[in-house]
Parts: sequence; structure tokens; C-alpha cells
Amino acid sequence: MSLMTPLNRVLGLGQAKGAAEHWWVQRMTAVALLPLGLWLAYELLTMPGFDYSSVVAWVREPVTSILLILLVVAAGYHSALGVQVVVEDYVTGKGLRAATLMASTLAHVALTIAAVFAVLRIAFGS
Amino acid sequence: MQRVQRPLSPYWIYRWEITMWLSSLHRITGLLLSLGAVALAVWLIALATGPESFDAASRVYGSAWFKPLLMGWTFCFFFHLANGVRHLAWDAGYGFDPKRIRSSGWTVVVVTLVATAAFSYAAII
Repeated sequence: MSLMTPLNRVLGLGQAKGAAEHWWVQRMTAVALLPLGLWLAYELLTMPGFDYSSVVAWVREPVTSILLILLVVAAGYHSALGVQVVVEDYVTGKGLRAATLMASTLAHVALTIAAVFAVLRIAFGS
Repeated sequence: MQRVQRPLSPYWIYRWEITMWLSSLHRITGLLLSLGAVALAVWLIALATGPESFDAASRVYGSAWFKPLLMGWTFCFFFHLANGVRHLAWDAGYGFDPKRIRSSGWTVVVVTLVATAAFSYAAII
């Protein structure tokens, strides 16, 4: 006998799994990336130079640091969700699919954290 | 197991339309932008590592053979952004009738080409 209700036992299972949340976060990160992406394009367009000291000075500005971190996190999340859908559509075979999904998620988390750490290190470094 | 042989999805039997082209392109540009995000992350990590590694990254990112890649990512960025707005409008329930869905598609094509050309001219070439 289980103490779980029948509804609770099936929530999160089945083909859809966490589909509603996936869908919503995909849209939320998309909305965040609209201004953040245009901001980055504008910043790159108006950058005085792409030498080391100019770029460091740019990243160190508080507004730049904050917006870059927001951009990296939103893009990392949005990309992870998007790649997940593509893998689920085209990679067949339960084992291979699980392995590909795991590799993709781990790569996304690792690169996102590394990029955030890089921005923080530049912002707070001497 | 015996599988019934029948068409699986519209792309196989339907006449291709602007809507189908843009739908495929949304996915393709999204995947390419994931690679672009890797390039952006590598750039930031090289910058945090120090001047030597940043100069090494700059030599690659600033080289002639890298320019087509940067322009490609610029195209992917503006297309995915413009077509993404179209998707968000659909999610909100707007722009689904055949006339609007085609005109918004062509708008995305024009916006993407103009923005890509302008950004490439100003920042890459």
C-alpha cells in the first residue's frame, strides 16, 4: 500500500514529464534574452577597442558585469532547454538519449558557471 | 515489429512554404547559437585568465578565417531573435491566420538580412 495519491504517483512521469515548466522557462529566458542580446550587440558595436585593457575596463563597469552575468545565465539556460528538445527529437535509443542529455546538461552547467566566474574574477580582480 | 509505412511529418509530402523554412531555420540557428555561446564563454574565460591567453584568443577571433563564423553567428542571432518574437506572439495567441503568418515570416527575413548586413559592415568587416 502506498501513502501517495494516484495523482501524485504519476505527476512528472509519462512522455510529457516536466513539459509545462520546460515550456515556461524557455519563454521566460527568451524574453530576458531579447533586451540582453540587443544590449550585447550594441556594446560590441560601440566598443572602443578589442585589446586586453579596453575589454577588461568594459567588463569591470558594474552595469556591464551584472548584465553579462544575467546574459550568460539566461543564454546557458535557454540553450540547455533548446538542445534538450533537439536531442529528444532526433537521438533514439533510451541509453544513448539519456547519455546525450546528461552530457549536454553537464556541459551547459559547467560552461555557464565558468563564464560567470570569469566575469566575477575580472570585476573583483586587482 | 511490423511498422506501418506512412508519412511521418508534413515536410515529406507537403509543398514547402516560408513557414516551414523559417521553422527549420529557427532550430538550426538555435543550435549554431549554442556554439556561439561557447565562443563567448571561451572569450570571457580567456580574458579572466590574463593578457597572454586573451591575446591568443584574440588572434583566433580576429583572424580572417574567423570572420565568416562571426558573420554567420550574427545572422543566426538576428534571425533567432526576430523569429523568436514571432514565436512569443503566437504563444500569446496572435498572428496565426495564414495571411499574417506569412507576412510576419517575410518581415523576419527582411529584418534579419538588414540587421546582419548593418552589424557585419559596422563591426566585423
